[in-house]
Amino acid sequence: MTTVANGVNVQALLDAREVLKGAPEAAQFTWRASSTWQDGVHSTTTIQNYFGLGEEQSHKRESVFDADHPETFAATDNGITPIEYLLVGLASCLTAGVASVAQNRGIQLRSVTSTVEGSHDIRGILGVDSEVRNGFSGIKVTFTIDADASKQDIEALVAQSQKRSAVFDALTNPTDVTVEVA
Amino acid sequence: MLERGEVANSWRSERWDSLRLLTPNWQSRLPGLSYDGPDPDGYMTIGEVTEFIERFAAVSRAPVRTGTNVTSVRRAGDGYRVTTSHGEFRCQAVVIASGACNQPAVPKFTDAIPESVEQLTPFDYRDPAKLPDGGVLVVGASATGVQLAAEVRRSGRPVTLSVGEHVRLPRTYRGRDVLWWMDASGVWDQRYDEVDDLTRARRLPSPQLVGTPDRTTLDLNALAAMGVQLIGRWAAVRDGRALFSGGLRNVFSLADLKMARLLDTFDEWARTHGRDAEVGPPERLPPTNVPESTRLQLDLGSGEIRSIVWATGFRPEYGWLDVPVVDPRSQLRHDGGVVDSPGMYALGLPVLRRRKSTFIYGIEDDAREVIDLLTRYLAARRRS
Repeated sequence: MTTVANGVNVQALLDAREVLKGAPEAAQFTWRASSTWQDGVHSTTTIQNYFGLGEEQSHKRESVFDADHPETFAATDNGITPIEYLLVGLASCLTAGVASVAQNRGIQLRSVTSTVEGSHDIRGILGVDSEVRNGFSGIKVTFTIDADASKQDIEALVAQSQKRSAVFDALTNPTDVTVEVA
Repeated sequence: MLERGEVANSWRSERWDSLRLLTPNWQSRLPGLSYDGPDPDGYMTIGEVTEFIERFAAVSRAPVRTGTNVTSVRRAGDGYRVTTSHGEFRCQAVVIASGACNQPAVPKFTDAIPESVEQLTPFDYRDPAKLPDGGVLVVGASATGVQLAAEVRRSGRPVTLSVGEHVRLPRTYRGRDVLWWMDASGVWDQRYDEVDDLTRARRLPSPQLVGTPDRTTLDLNALAAMGVQLIGRWAAVRDGRALFSGGLRNVFSLADLKMARLLDTFDEWARTHGRDAEVGPPERLPPTNVPESTRLQLDLGSGEIRSIVWATGFRPEYGWLDVPVVDPRSQLRHDGGVVDSPGMYALGLPVLRRRKSTFIYGIEDDAREVIDLLTRYLAARRRS
């Protein structure tokens, strides 16, 4: 197992798991984003600070994300559409999970790629048909993984990654969302 | 031995009518008592289990005080004071054998379900005839859930089964009962201190098995073929609508992969132990079929669902235990049956000392070791 190098510090994760078993309050994190309208349907969202392990924390640097709509929506296309950010979140979360589980199971990865497709009937957001939902009607993720493992073990990596994924859970299960005007 | 009701009380009063043991008759054995009937590969009915345990009470001449409900156990001096419906006892040591299934566990959102929908737990359910006519939502796909979904479906009612993580097993594998494999290959003898993730092993749901004379497999494919509609794990109730997880495919994959790994270990054991000739050829089961579309919501006020059967597991009840040995998840804190209080022991909990700890024949090895520790504890006290 020590010869496997996927670059994930699994020991730190396992240690954290042990510590947090006895300290559920330290496990309470708050992730934050701040968004500003630019023009049209273009906005920028910045992320730097979050709360966790009982105190304020900060990323090494601020990240800025542009969101807009494409020209097919008669918009300026200064960035990806908001719903595409969900695909970014899902793909990166599942990929991180695959790497972590592989490290923990002693599986050396050589390459991990995936494609994520969200099918979306936009009659929902346009108010054409009230029977059509606003969000995705379905999402399909396809992984291609080259690793020192059997097909069955690779399938198990992907399954376990979904089982422990924050974004997979957030997309497949309902979340209580509050939107207020300050 | 204090028993709140009669011998085999929970088998008599807290189980549904059609239930049979998951374990074949030849595995139903207790010290000094084995199955001696004509059908070693069959599965005992509830009546037969009750008789079997009654016979054991007689054979072992166990000093059972029936109708004696324990209302409190507390530390007193260097022992314990046990308060019951028939007076008090003082003792130096206590063995807690009250089991892991004292109360049905149901989710928190049951209060949000409209009153027009009848709710039952496996403690209330007896047979489908007592359910209201119309659609039935069975929640949970472990042994209880799949058995009740099949039985209710056979009564002609439309059945929807909400499926979370589950353990899929074929009833027979390579011509032998799957529980023969668990026993023979040594899986069930795996000790609690050898298990990778003990917390997880102790919380594992019961396998999708049913004990029927024709030894059929009752997995989700079998239920779907009967017309049971499969939906994801029930996540929440919002505005009178039940919301279900969209992660159904992955719980299928997890169960299929886990089953394949278990069958691999059986094959490996048969090969390396020269047992291939006495069993059939290796088999692989088809994957669990994913429905073409899975519903994510059900309107609980529409009349489509008239009753809900909660097959969402059971939990132990330690309200009577006035000793601080219960964790925040209401589980007893113990190490292989040695409870974290002097002279206190436990038996009959999941993976107490072995994977087989909660099966009838699994108690013997555990009991021998725990009682050995108990007698040594008492002997050490006498010496000091």
